[in-house]
Amino acid sequence: MKQPSTAALALLLGAVAAQPALSQDLTAGFASEPSSIDPLYHNLGPNNATRKHMFEALVDEDANLAIIPGLAESWETSEDGLTWTFNLREGVTFHDGSPFTARDFLYTACRIPNVPNSPSSMAGFIKSAETITAPDEMTVQVTTAAPYPLLLTDFASFGIVSASANGHDGPVTYEAEGCPGIDSYLDSSAYNDGSAAIGTGPYKFVEFIPGERIVLARNDAYWGDAPYWETITIRPITNDGARVAALLAGDVDVIEKPPVQDLDRLREDPDINVVQGPSSRMIYLHFDHEGEPTPGIEGTDGVNPLKDVRVRRAISLAIDRPLIVDRIMGGLAVPARQMVPDFMRGTDPDIPLETADPEAARQLLAEAGYPDGFSLVIGSPNDRYINDAKIAQAVAQMLTRVGIETEIDAVTASVFFSRRNNYEFSVYLAGWGASGAGMASPLRALVASQNRDKGLGGTNRGRYSNPELDAVIEEALATVDPEAHDALLRQASRIVVDDVAILPLHFEVTPWALQAGLTLTPRADQHTVLTSVRPE
Amino acid sequence: MLAYLIRRLGQAALVMAVMATIVFFGLYTVGNPIDLLINPEDDLAAQEAAMRRLGLDQPIWVQFGHFVGGIFEGDLGTSFVHNRPALELILSRLPATLELVFFAMLLAVLIGVPLGMIAGLRPDAPSSKAIMAASILGFSIPNFWQGLMLIMLFAVYWGILPAGGRGDTVDVLGIPVSFLTWDGLKHLFLPALNLAIFKMSLVIRLARAGTAEVALQDYVKYARARGLSPSRVIGVHVLKNILIPVVTVLGLETGNAIAFAVVTETVFAWPGIGKLLIDSINLLDRPVVVAYLMLTVFMFVMINFLVDIGYSLLDPRVRIQARGR
Repeated sequence: MKQPSTAALALLLGAVAAQPALSQDLTAGFASEPSSIDPLYHNLGPNNATRKHMFEALVDEDANLAIIPGLAESWETSEDGLTWTFNLREGVTFHDGSPFTARDFLYTACRIPNVPNSPSSMAGFIKSAETITAPDEMTVQVTTAAPYPLLLTDFASFGIVSASANGHDGPVTYEAEGCPGIDSYLDSSAYNDGSAAIGTGPYKFVEFIPGERIVLARNDAYWGDAPYWETITIRPITNDGARVAALLAGDVDVIEKPPVQDLDRLREDPDINVVQGPSSRMIYLHFDHEGEPTPGIEGTDGVNPLKDVRVRRAISLAIDRPLIVDRIMGGLAVPARQMVPDFMRGTDPDIPLETADPEAARQLLAEAGYPDGFSLVIGSPNDRYINDAKIAQAVAQMLTRVGIETEIDAVTASVFFSRRNNYEFSVYLAGWGASGAGMASPLRALVASQNRDKGLGGTNRGRYSNPELDAVIEEALATVDPEAHDALLRQASRIVVDDVAILPLHFEVTPWALQAGLTLTPRADQHTVLTSVRPE
Repeated sequence: MLAYLIRRLGQAALVMAVMATIVFFGLYTVGNPIDLLINPEDDLAAQEAAMRRLGLDQPIWVQFGHFVGGIFEGDLGTSFVHNRPALELILSRLPATLELVFFAMLLAVLIGVPLGMIAGLRPDAPSSKAIMAASILGFSIPNFWQGLMLIMLFAVYWGILPAGGRGDTVDVLGIPVSFLTWDGLKHLFLPALNLAIFKMSLVIRLARAGTAEVALQDYVKYARARGLSPSRVIGVHVLKNILIPVVTVLGLETGNAIAFAVVTETVFAWPGIGKLLIDSINLLDRPVVVAYLMLTVFMFVMINFLVDIGYSLLDPRVRIQARGR
């Protein structure tokens, strides 16, 4: 037999090398599955992350949640801050080839409050809009009853669906009480089977088999940067160990939420690349500011010591946040004192992090009349946030060290949130992932006084109420000018920190694990958006 | 036979009613599903609107009334999370679980019975001792850990089988099945093996005990004396007589595996009903959990019934007794 010539061999090797090292198909293992493909059905993390592949919003949020142009190329506000005009991007088409126009945005706004049986509706994102009109095909005009600075963040939060694909032809008129001419809206099942799953995003719907997979294909007509992957397959693998095994076996190329205890091993593995980035999710303690007596405290003769700011300050001083970050979070967190990380809107750079000082904490407790401390039970979920129960344990030890004998009541998330919302905890540990609104997001939800009519204090389950703070928050929420708005947010943040209304512990750092040679851009909202996965 | 079937169904209905009541009220005390379904950014008004939409603002006995009323109209409720009828949701996941369980049972019988018979025919041979030792191991290893080890071995170190998920499916009579494609079989093997190992150990022990006993019976000796070939003696006279306990246990184990393949389905990300149950419990998706457990009770009753029929086919004495009644 004739030996192959070196030249032929080199040619052969060259041909092999010329092949792309990785295939054009990306498979991902997700920790949780969206409940529907319908982008307007369920306002929850997994749904919103999946939505970003197929459906786009009017304005977009970059990896740090700053607003960037999306399907609207530019926008301006009127002098009085009441009218917003959005100029839509030219030449954008839906996956079925039909052009994207203002009509589709209006239809989307019409459908949002009317999605059949939506468990958590997107209606909050459009409720500030009094009128939504289309002066021409490529312009959307929105008016609000009062100046409202967070309109862009709200409009960045929902994907736009196609009016035609939803069976509506002809013009659309938006009215908040119900759009004339549209009698019924498609059920989410029409999205799950693909017939209405028509968006403008970089990927098209191929199939959705609940519990098994979501398959997406590249949209070659995409207006932005050409999508890199030919197809994307998302597999829900809820079990942590199974998800890591699938990555190690090469079944999937990328997984979200690799378990913290496996991270060191994954980092050492030459075949695996671990990528991480800061998130906007704050882990915090909230105090019972109202109950008297409060359910989890004993040894104070029925008095709720948490109403005394000196006690709250003492608790804050007793907790060594860097130690928690270092020992329990394995570095996967950033110590916090304000409610959003410093890369987001509304943080005051002049507020320093606190250094733990048990001696000063003991002194403050004595000043407040509790030289011997008291006993406390902290409520915490044990399967919701990274190491949640362990963090609560560490906090308990640190508080016990200064005289507050602390126990942990850690339960599964489904039980925890119901009990928390029933005000069964004196102090509870929870997390808050701030939206692109920055400081305004936790301000209005966690520390503003509960107020149904103004839509404030929705998750303020400590029932904190401070009229001075409420006034600043309400003023900030009525100030459209970005700089004035941010200044008010900073002012509010100072009040929250001074009064220890809430006790931020740290911000989670989100890890992802990928096959070696691949990387992705971490997002502060912790969403896994696979369009950003690239060879290194 | 018909009266017997009706009596059985009546029993099933009673057990299902009790089950549904307990589960309904049990889940109600665990927590409020709305706390998990809504987005935390929603304000109080939106949270209340969502509760109204799902009927969760009603007192528990009104909700229970609606639920019972629905059952009589053949409606077990609509999933809070998926907005699909609970029963339909479960049935859409059932084929994957059935496929997994039947494949596992096949493995358990095809491997377990011969091994058990070998061990029963020559109890003192080293091979028999090895088989029995292995069966004890199969009993004792926790299913969860065993699954992860199988994945580590076959998928991560050797890389010959996928670590989880369901492979390509083809539709047979409108039902997607994966055992007819090569890719599907590859995905099916590991989870089925994981599910089968425990049952296999059980079958081995039953078959061994049965064989040891039957092999000494007069009719076996007589069959040998008649000069029948050893393979016929073992394959017909011994095998048929050891199958009754095996069928009883396998029947119950099949029901068990269908209803509670949860661990295997979770570890192997197998999209069956067990995984649906766990996800639904975590989200307090009450209609799905209640419907699931009612279906489970129904299934157990039916399996017991089928096992009884299986007896009469295997053992003529049972048939004669039934006729005599």
